[in-house]
Amino acid sequence: MTETVIANPAGTLLAEGLPGIVEDWSADKQTFQVHWGKAMMWIFLLSDTFIFSCFLTSYMSVRATTTVPWPNPSEVFALTLFGQHMPLILIAIMTFIRISSRGTMAMAVNFGYRKDRKTTALLILATAAFGASFVGMQAFEWTKLIEEGVRPWGNPMGAAQFGSCFFMITGFHGAHVSIGVIYLCTVAFKVYRGDFEKSGYAAVEIAGLYWHFVDLVWVFIFALFYLW
Amino acid sequence: MEATEGQQHPIKIYLWIWFLLFVLSTLSYLVDVLGFQGLLRWSLILTFMFLKAGFIIAIFMHMAWERLALACAILGPPALLLVLIGMMVLEAEYIFSTRLLFFAS
Repeated sequence: MTETVIANPAGTLLAEGLPGIVEDWSADKQTFQVHWGKAMMWIFLLSDTFIFSCFLTSYMSVRATTTVPWPNPSEVFALTLFGQHMPLILIAIMTFIRISSRGTMAMAVNFGYRKDRKTTALLILATAAFGASFVGMQAFEWTKLIEEGVRPWGNPMGAAQFGSCFFMITGFHGAHVSIGVIYLCTVAFKVYRGDFEKSGYAAVEIAGLYWHFVDLVWVFIFALFYLW
Repeated sequence: MEATEGQQHPIKIYLWIWFLLFVLSTLSYLVDVLGFQGLLRWSLILTFMFLKAGFIIAIFMHMAWERLALACAILGPPALLLVLIGMMVLEAEYIFSTRLLFFAS
């Protein structure tokens, strides 16, 4: 494995572990030894973590306090495919699409640093395509639920809060994916045009961070909202 | 060791983690298909969730290879969310008990 070795201007190597933390924070200079865009993306993602955590915590609160039974997600999101009743199948397909896009994005970051522009651009576009199909399936899911009478203020299956949690949480996540698709397309175009030949391919890694984060949020939504 | 730009790692490790995430997702879907209930259900769901989240953050988002100063600054604050969740659990239990008391009729 290639270790990233960071040296300070004097040329001495930086300490690792706890002494490293002390050194990084007390050196009277830049604290995080990474591309500035990457540090900023991480801080943005940290704030986004709190937004999604607030949604999921409020979902937990309303679900724990309602005296009306919660609709069974396994049945609500079931589909009949090829004459067979499949519980939660749509969500499973969406989850597998998400995993596929994880891999293509990770590979794109890797090929970006190898300066393989064509492969990188294609891999990013593949990731964006997976993302777009994910949003498409989400639109299908919303349509299906709205047709079944699910509204933010009530639904025929049980606790009224189900609808508001569902539209709020998946809506925000879907918006993140949609923005991610646009973001990835612009990065792919810039990679292909060669914009990063001089400034470096950190931009691809930063876009990757955003994409993996949105994916990470889906892991939590899938577990807490759909499976619970 | 050579000084390299950004995070560069062998493709093999990404493919391995990718495969592992497929397996973990299948397992968590199976929890629902096989209809596990109660303690077993939610402990399995949470285990798979945290495993998946951990692999994504550590490998795909390269946190395992970042310097400790960045990892602590980013991963530390979300730990505070446990306080929020804890308080909301207590609050929810109280609200639920009062609702049972007053909405029961």
